[in-house]
Amino acid sequence: MDVSEKAMRKHLPTFACLVAAVTAICVLPSAVETFTLVEFTVYAIMAIFSLSLAFAWGYGGILCFGQAAFFGAGAYAYAIGVLNVGESTVAMLLAVAVPMLLATVLGYFMFFGRISDVYLGVVTLTVTLILYNLANSTSGDQYRIGAAVLGGFNGMPSLPTLNVPGSPGRLLDSVQMFQVCVVCLASVYIGLRALLSAHFGRVVVAVRENELRANLLGYDARKYKLGAFVISGGIAGLAGGLFANWGAFTSPTVFGLAQSAQAIIWVIVGGVGTLLGPVIGCIAIQWLTAYLGTIGWVNPNLVLGLILVLFVLTIPKGLAPILFMPFQWLLRQRSQVGNHEGRIP
Amino acid sequence: MSESLLSATGLGISFGGVQALTGIDFRLAEGELRCLIGPNGAGKSTFFKLLTGQYRPTAGCVTIRGTVTAGLEPYQIARLGVGIKTQVPSVFDGLSVDENIWLAVRRITGAPAARNAVFDVLEETGLEHLSARQVGTLSHGQRQWVELALVVASRPSLVLLDEPAAGMSDDEVKRTAQLITAINRHCALIVVEHDMEFVQMIAQKVTVFNRGSILVEGTVDEVLADPRVRDVYLGRDLEMRV
Repeated sequence: MDVSEKAMRKHLPTFACLVAAVTAICVLPSAVETFTLVEFTVYAIMAIFSLSLAFAWGYGGILCFGQAAFFGAGAYAYAIGVLNVGESTVAMLLAVAVPMLLATVLGYFMFFGRISDVYLGVVTLTVTLILYNLANSTSGDQYRIGAAVLGGFNGMPSLPTLNVPGSPGRLLDSVQMFQVCVVCLASVYIGLRALLSAHFGRVVVAVRENELRANLLGYDARKYKLGAFVISGGIAGLAGGLFANWGAFTSPTVFGLAQSAQAIIWVIVGGVGTLLGPVIGCIAIQWLTAYLGTIGWVNPNLVLGLILVLFVLTIPKGLAPILFMPFQWLLRQRSQVGNHEGRIP
Repeated sequence: MSESLLSATGLGISFGGVQALTGIDFRLAEGELRCLIGPNGAGKSTFFKLLTGQYRPTAGCVTIRGTVTAGLEPYQIARLGVGIKTQVPSVFDGLSVDENIWLAVRRITGAPAARNAVFDVLEETGLEHLSARQVGTLSHGQRQWVELALVVASRPSLVLLDEPAAGMSDDEVKRTAQLITAINRHCALIVVEHDMEFVQMIAQKVTVFNRGSILVEGTVDEVLADPRVRDVYLGRDLEMRV
């Protein structure tokens, strides 16, 4: 296999992602109605959320049952930030930074406290429920952070949405909002792929494969797990911040169990251990949920449950391996002809 | 006598009421190759786990090149230059052979040098033809070799090998003995092994463990001739074979 072919294989998913993103940005706004475009916007936002868990679980081996904690923290950080600053750029930075800080504190105690995987799931789930109850218990004007009234169960309505950086008066319209979300999704996907092919990402995967061996080679597995957890939290926070933008509203439901459970279903359906799979799984499930909600004669949650059971029992590796099968077959054919080229960078 | 690379003084560990190791006094010189033998449950693998920080001793201490390892994490002890091949191959099953080796090499060297170093290790261990194979799909013997390659790649100053020849064919055992001899040219080794023919192939000095303590220490011939060793481990019929 020559160098150019190897480079092509390595960069093909990134190139395909860029083509898909550019196509979506250029074609969809003029091809679909505004309502559909707004729907696609939330698909892109949730796909970012799905990627956050796909990275932590599929590559870091960290099954976080409370990914919504970071999503919700991002949404609330954006809401509080934008209401106080009056401009969305700083608020979006806060939407990423606050969940990363939360993940750092939480992850430090979990990984350096040597909590086992099962308890890690329990702890993250519990933290989400605590945050849900906390956000629910903030009714009344006395619960405010600066100019931002938290609003308890009713949440925080009428949030200023994204503006052109430095120009608070120039708000983005629905087309621009869609384009920003697609750019964010593509950036997160490409960023994660780059991270996974770098030294840090490879050690994260090695720790998932065999934590003891990673330690015996001199890697502090706890630090790598913490790093992956913090990055995942930041990505979930980005999705949370964009979600608060999308509806110009946030409420305690962003911390809800359903939010965390959905992300797990998207990743299972798409394929644990892949990045593209969870994106596809997320979009497919959301589209299906919306469609079932439209026809009205069947409960979407019941169908989601059935899909989850079906995938766990019959397609445990998810959609991704099935979708990629033809490409992998082609690549195998080529590598049988060529020499045995490894996968080191 | 050359400088002591490793020393364990009064080392012991108990699990609940069971005293797995007690009063171990052990010294290893720079560049030495020592074999540990003894019956199952004698404490050889537990000794390795104490040396690598997987277990914390309940008595005594370990010193590696003047650094007391008490309280150090396994990764910190590995960074002191201790590499281990465990009894059951401990490798990254989901990754390819070259990725496994790259991870070991990359921790101690920069990215450009790592790639060349991987090829060197693949050549040294004869694993070039398996470089792109996923380790989980390899045979037990091949996985043992991958783990050996991982240890070699991390360029340790002390290598601990727990039953390196277990489950290998006669040909692989000979190759393993050659590799161990080659490794010994630039670092010290402690090898736990039950196969006495293999021990005779490689050993300079042998330490015999029995019931959690050291029974006897000496050259291969001295140990084989010791009636206590024949009683607890080798069996009386060895006299006929030796």
